[in-house]
Amino acid sequence: MADFEPKIVGFLCNWCSYAGADLAGVSRFQYPTNVRVVRVMCSARVDPSIIMEMFLQGADGVFVGGCHIGDCHYITGNHYTEKRMKLVRKLLEKVGMSRQRFRLEWVSASEGVRFAGIMKDFAELIKEIGPNPVVGDSPDMAKMEKLFIAKNVLEDFRLRALVNKQVEFLEKGNVYGKKLDEEELDKILYDALTVEFDRAVILWKTRREPLSVKAISEATNIPPDRVLDEIANLRRRDLIKLDRIEGQSPLYISQGFEV
Amino acid sequence: MVDKVGAVLVVGGGIAGMQASLDLADSGYKVYLLDKSPNIGGAMSQLDKTFPTNDCAMCIMAPKLVETGRHHNIELLTGASLEAVQGSPGNFLVTIKKTARKVDETKCTGCGLCTNFCPVEVPDEYNVGLVTRKAIYVKYPQAVPAVVSIDLEHCIGCGICEGQCEAEAIIYDQEEHMMDIEVGSIVVAPGFDLFDLARKPQYGYGVYPNVLSSLELERMLSATGPHAGMVLRPSDGEVPRNIAFIQCVGSRDKQIGNTYCSSVCCMFSIKEAIIAKEHTPGLEAHIFFMDMRAYGKEFDAYYSRAEEEHGIRFTRGNRISSVEEDPVTHNLFMTYVDGADLKTEEFDIVVLSVGTEAPVDTDKLKQVLGIDLNAHSFCETNIFDPLSTSEPGIYVCGAFSSPKDIPDSVAQASGAAAMASSHISTERNKLVEIREFPPEKDISDEDSRIGAFICHCGINIGGVVDVPAVVEYAKTLPNVVYAEDNVYTCSQDTQSKIVETIKEHNLNRVIVASCTPRTHAPLFMNTIRDGGLNPYLFEMANIREHCSWVHSKEPEKATQKAKDLVRMAVAKAALLEPIPPIKISIAKSALIIGGGIAGMTAALGIADQGFDAYLVEKKDELGGMTRRIHFALSGEDVQARMNELIDKVKSNERVHVYTKAKIKDIEGFIGSFMTTLEHEGEEKQIRHGVVLVATGGIELKPDEYLYGEDPRVVTQLEYEDMLTNGGLKEGTKSVAMIQCVGSRKEERPYCSRICCTETIKNALKTKEMMPDANVYVFHRDMRTYGFRENYYREAAEKGVVFVRYYPENPPKLTVNDGKLELTAKDPFLDEEIVVSPDVVMLAVATLPNADNEDLSTFLKIPLTKDKFFLEAHMKLRPVDFATEGVFLCGLAHSPKFVEECLAQANAAVSRATTILAQEELELEATKSCVIDAKCDGCAYCVDPCPYDAITLIEYMSDGAVKKTVDVDETACKGCGVCQATCPKEGIFVRGFTLDQINAMIEAALEVT
Repeated sequence: MADFEPKIVGFLCNWCSYAGADLAGVSRFQYPTNVRVVRVMCSARVDPSIIMEMFLQGADGVFVGGCHIGDCHYITGNHYTEKRMKLVRKLLEKVGMSRQRFRLEWVSASEGVRFAGIMKDFAELIKEIGPNPVVGDSPDMAKMEKLFIAKNVLEDFRLRALVNKQVEFLEKGNVYGKKLDEEELDKILYDALTVEFDRAVILWKTRREPLSVKAISEATNIPPDRVLDEIANLRRRDLIKLDRIEGQSPLYISQGFEV
Repeated sequence: MVDKVGAVLVVGGGIAGMQASLDLADSGYKVYLLDKSPNIGGAMSQLDKTFPTNDCAMCIMAPKLVETGRHHNIELLTGASLEAVQGSPGNFLVTIKKTARKVDETKCTGCGLCTNFCPVEVPDEYNVGLVTRKAIYVKYPQAVPAVVSIDLEHCIGCGICEGQCEAEAIIYDQEEHMMDIEVGSIVVAPGFDLFDLARKPQYGYGVYPNVLSSLELERMLSATGPHAGMVLRPSDGEVPRNIAFIQCVGSRDKQIGNTYCSSVCCMFSIKEAIIAKEHTPGLEAHIFFMDMRAYGKEFDAYYSRAEEEHGIRFTRGNRISSVEEDPVTHNLFMTYVDGADLKTEEFDIVVLSVGTEAPVDTDKLKQVLGIDLNAHSFCETNIFDPLSTSEPGIYVCGAFSSPKDIPDSVAQASGAAAMASSHISTERNKLVEIREFPPEKDISDEDSRIGAFICHCGINIGGVVDVPAVVEYAKTLPNVVYAEDNVYTCSQDTQSKIVETIKEHNLNRVIVASCTPRTHAPLFMNTIRDGGLNPYLFEMANIREHCSWVHSKEPEKATQKAKDLVRMAVAKAALLEPIPPIKISIAKSALIIGGGIAGMTAALGIADQGFDAYLVEKKDELGGMTRRIHFALSGEDVQARMNELIDKVKSNERVHVYTKAKIKDIEGFIGSFMTTLEHEGEEKQIRHGVVLVATGGIELKPDEYLYGEDPRVVTQLEYEDMLTNGGLKEGTKSVAMIQCVGSRKEERPYCSRICCTETIKNALKTKEMMPDANVYVFHRDMRTYGFRENYYREAAEKGVVFVRYYPENPPKLTVNDGKLELTAKDPFLDEEIVVSPDVVMLAVATLPNADNEDLSTFLKIPLTKDKFFLEAHMKLRPVDFATEGVFLCGLAHSPKFVEECLAQANAAVSRATTILAQEELELEATKSCVIDAKCDGCAYCVDPCPYDAITLIEYMSDGAVKKTVDVDETACKGCGVCQATCPKEGIFVRGFTLDQINAMIEAALEVT
């Protein structure tokens, strides 16, 4: 492990954090070589699903840098980044990957020394955590599956809609003019995330062979009553169907897992 | 008649000078930007944050610096001074002395190698002497031009830097020299200097180590400052527990002659206190001041937040007399007034909120330019002509005409640009370079053929990264058909080489691996255009700032990283597509909404620039609120000037006036708006290229202090009318004036800015007309900023009585036995004061125009919570809206004085001219683009768009309604928030597509 050199990909927004990285350069603040930077105009351009994709492709760490809140060149872009990246952290937890593999920071154009410091910390931290478990000679297939599922969940309509609305709800209020507080919104979002993740897991597990509620529950650690509830919901949307009944157990098969 | 010259000299490269230069250069004039310093940037470059948004100063300023440095119409004359000016408006001959930089500006790449090796260390002025710099240096890391200079005062002539310089840019025998330039007008923006704190020895500055100037604290707060943002006590390097700010050091001070208010220091201290607390856990901050001058837009809200959210203590009514030091601990002691008590407190650090003065070379400017200065050596101006000096053809902006903050300076700068160009508008586009490019090659049927140019940057990259190895590696990458290394890829000869190579090897995409695209991408994009390629067929790998410079001790790993970065750039480049330019034609006319003083001035300005102005006023006569102002603070007859202005507007054939007109609708976008007016019972359509919003404001009709019930209680404008038209009864013995009626309270938290000064004006007039009458002013803070302070002092000297009140305990007005009786509590004497005024004048709030909400909808332009219009950026774009082609000025922006309205009106003209001056406007082509087949019309992308550029549309397709979204390319800025929202990959931003980014990621994570 001593020679483990983490692969880190960093998305930096053009106006603040990329400029902060430039300043680190101009000021010759040294940091480890691990990060590979992708410049984007705004951190809000970073689709959360792309982060899961990077972990699937073997990134050991992913960094997103934006302007400080209030400084965004595009007025409110980083408000969306903040909310979207919350989802990423939560999903990494569900996948069973260390959420520390992903880091979001606001770095201004004058924070060269801070940028270098963050890069150093992050590289050291990833070294400590170790290589991405889903790649290498003996990849953790269970985690890889979950990462794949997480990526799909992030591409889902419902979460995208909710995360978008968070900013609006916080700042302008909902259609009834009511402003919701952050905690309340987070709860709504995380509940939806859990449900969508579980549904995706159920669909994934049943994509090839029909399974019973019990079997799904055992394979997924989701309590059987919840599996049943979600199957009911998925059936209404025609995403899963009853394949056959074996003994006392109905077996379900998913109607194509969207890849 | 002299031949006019289509060029302008701008003196001073601070934020004002840069803004004036950019506006002029964008409007088709050649600009010479002169600065005595070796690098431009001025005072703003030293700031950490800016109030009231706490924006990082460098983040917002750096793009302007880069743009100024790279603009093909701007020639920088740094390290230069003005020696002589001859000629007349339209044609000046200017003699300039260029000091010897001892460095060839065209060769130096700003790599900084020489600086590392220079053995001489001297105090760094940029960091106010808190750290050292070398004798060969660049002023600050982001400086423009990014070129070093030798400080001859300290250089010992060792010759080491020449030996280190790979670019052969050092020229020890370079001498200072004179040069002549011809210009049509001159804009002076030399800024300000700080008061010399040694002149107030009672505060111990320079003697007690823990007494700091506010600029020293600012540098400490900066991440690029001496302690990377930490505030530390100079005496022992400890983190302070508490910090005190003393306001008005060198301002409002008769003893030292600076009787004026420096206008910015109150807000500056609040900002520093907030940031210092953020950077220093547990720090207590305490600000001692006389009046809190939070008079600008959103300033009072900032002040409240500082007190309520950040817990900063404010103690008013204090001019601290002295600071004492414990010589052992170096802790500091101050005695201050708190209510009716005297208190002494101990502080770890004391910050002197240092005032501003006219620039040190003000006398030389006076002598060379022949301009008049005022009693304080600032440039003399007139309220009706705030941007003109006493010399025709020479204009002024920024802090040189009076102390002012950044947005006011920027507005003045744009305004001065409009004034400077108005009388040479016939010479527009005559002296500027118009770069011609060969026709673009069609590459649609070709496979990717990428050329890679890898830069050594002298030894900046080559000294760490094995550049030849990167070149060999690049040659192995898919689609790369050519790769080479260059000593300097940015040099002029390499540009020609790139053009030739594109032709020779039939390249259709180019990557350069060198430095940051933020400064250099535009150069190379133009180069490949010269080679017949669309400029967006270009990608950059930053192997200097992001590699060799930050991994200088790990050459092998840095080389590996450089290869990876090149691989990523190549992967993206292979997928680049030509992006067609978005060009829109410009209707050469402006719609100006509002016929007050701002709107009329703007209309004349637009006409002077040679464009048509459609001036729309809802009332039946022009003039707006200024119609009710009779005399100015300095005594001028306002109505005489208004009548002149109205005559000018009515007689100008390019100005088309519509009074009693109503705007029914405005459609379209920058360059091509269509407005429907209801005028004289008919509907009329006007096509115009830009919109200027000048809807003005109105005076509040209060519902307190017996207003409307007792005829002796009047508003400020009503009182002014009484003073002018004999409404004030003879034998008036006593007049009471009450400040902040309707302002600075819960339902209207903003300061109306003008009322304090207007009260002083009326008080002085009352005293002049009736010297025996008693005049009482009941106020919370007197906010007579700038030179207005002198009139406040005069009023006090003439016996006007000023009584402070606190908002929780306002004066009470009653009628007792037919007489008015006003009771107030003096917080300093802790006594009740009762007066029986004959007249009570209420200094009432200025309200936004009620029509603002409708306009906000028509034009998609936002309002503040106070219902004034919200500009694109509170600091650097004060008269622009985020919606392109729409501008604002005057009270529509926020309450302000006549001279400030005029400056903003001219600023709006200047900003509008940068558009109207062009035949066709070429927009940034990296816009959002919808893939109709994938879009299912969910509209999730509509709300997050910060520019309202996306709308949901429906159309019939195969007999069914198809929903999709439509992007307004004129509004989109290409941020990509929509792309990361879309669940269907149905919308993307050109130049940053999903495929391109995925390709980069894949390349980054490829196993090598």
